[in-house]
Amino acid sequence: MAPGPARERRGEDGAGAMTGLLDGLGRRALEILRVLGHHATFLVDLLRACPVALRRPYLVIAQIHAIGNLSLVIILASGLAVGFVLALQMYYALVTYGAAESLGLIVNLSLTRELGPVVTALLFAGRAGTSLTAEIGLMKAGEQLAAMDMMAVDPRSRVLAPRFLAGLVSMPILAVLFSSIGILGAYVVAVLLIGVDAGNFWSIMQSGVDVRRDIGNGVIKSIVFGFICTFVALYQGYEAKATPEGVAHGTTRTVVIASLGVLMMDFVLTALMFSTP
Amino acid sequence: MGKKSIETFVGIFVLLGMAGLVFLALKAANLGSFSGGDTYTLTAYFDNIGALKVRAPVRSAGVTVGRVASIRLDPKLYQGVVELAINRDVQFPSDSSLRILTSGLLGDQYVGVEPGAADKMWAGGDTIKQTQSAVVLESLISQFLFSKAADAGGTPAPAPSTPGPSGGKK
Repeated sequence: MAPGPARERRGEDGAGAMTGLLDGLGRRALEILRVLGHHATFLVDLLRACPVALRRPYLVIAQIHAIGNLSLVIILASGLAVGFVLALQMYYALVTYGAAESLGLIVNLSLTRELGPVVTALLFAGRAGTSLTAEIGLMKAGEQLAAMDMMAVDPRSRVLAPRFLAGLVSMPILAVLFSSIGILGAYVVAVLLIGVDAGNFWSIMQSGVDVRRDIGNGVIKSIVFGFICTFVALYQGYEAKATPEGVAHGTTRTVVIASLGVLMMDFVLTALMFSTP
Repeated sequence: MGKKSIETFVGIFVLLGMAGLVFLALKAANLGSFSGGDTYTLTAYFDNIGALKVRAPVRSAGVTVGRVASIRLDPKLYQGVVELAINRDVQFPSDSSLRILTSGLLGDQYVGVEPGAADKMWAGGDTIKQTQSAVVLESLISQFLFSKAADAGGTPAPAPSTPGPSGGKK
């Protein structure tokens, strides 16, 4: 349909803005698709490099030490603090209904189902994820990865895969320890300081917590979160621009993307795991 | 740090994780108690099981003596079939009866055992028909309301009679 003369005059820059907008939108969409595809190919390469990395178990063990052992202090301290605070707050709320003995159950369920995996993953992204990104980013900036390639050593199987496997192994262990120490912290506050009956504290907890449903699903969650955190950290490090700003940017993005990914995935997993009573 | 000591530290780390898992499974959950081996199974038929759940306790005189192992519906009788796993060292006379009770006002439901006096004891695999259903609040209230209405309609006297829940005519 031919535009009228009045529209034609106005239509000039209007159509220009419109095409510009569409152009930008299309560019954005294509860019998103490209990044998604890049993540996927990176993941496939990473998974393919894992069996090779397993042939040198020491590399994985050294990374478990760097990622897991060295994160232990902050995880345990946070777990203890969360247990303390949860117990205290739950006590204030529950004592009104004379149900202070259920405190152990509530603390246990909230820790093993949600807080253990999620808070551990957030701390893990901050403590271990950033160091992975910075390390790999600096390796790239120092052209160490390129040098490995030159020597026919695949940097993916030598550098990335051991870190990836170590993250997958460390994260569930850390989450389990977080939950355990949190429950012990709640025990200290509730039973030793406030004076809730110890027998009821444990027995109500035991009758309400199911090993497979609550603890098992918590462990599955933490494995998924470990995957997200480590994968994001490695990707950001490996794809970071080889400049100081690039590494700084990658480190920031690791924390942001990993945290948001964990929180969103947590919602999905919770809906999948605990929707049926 | 040497290679050996790093490996040792990682070993400690993994061991800690396992200890945490064992703690969660045994101390913080119910994996340790009632692990099947030392129990015998009874099958009970209830008209209505209320809100009874699998793993709910079986109690006699308030003492937990077993757990509900499974719950299903009998497709012919339309009754709830509840399998109970009772501790091997607890025996009940064969004329005992089962009731579904509620712990506290709003607590969970459990199966109560009222011991009888027979010489013969329940053995594993027995089927129990002598049961009393869970009290459903709605039917209790409607029973009460109907008896109240029946009283009000039958006797015009305004004197406040006190019909109990069991005093209903229908």
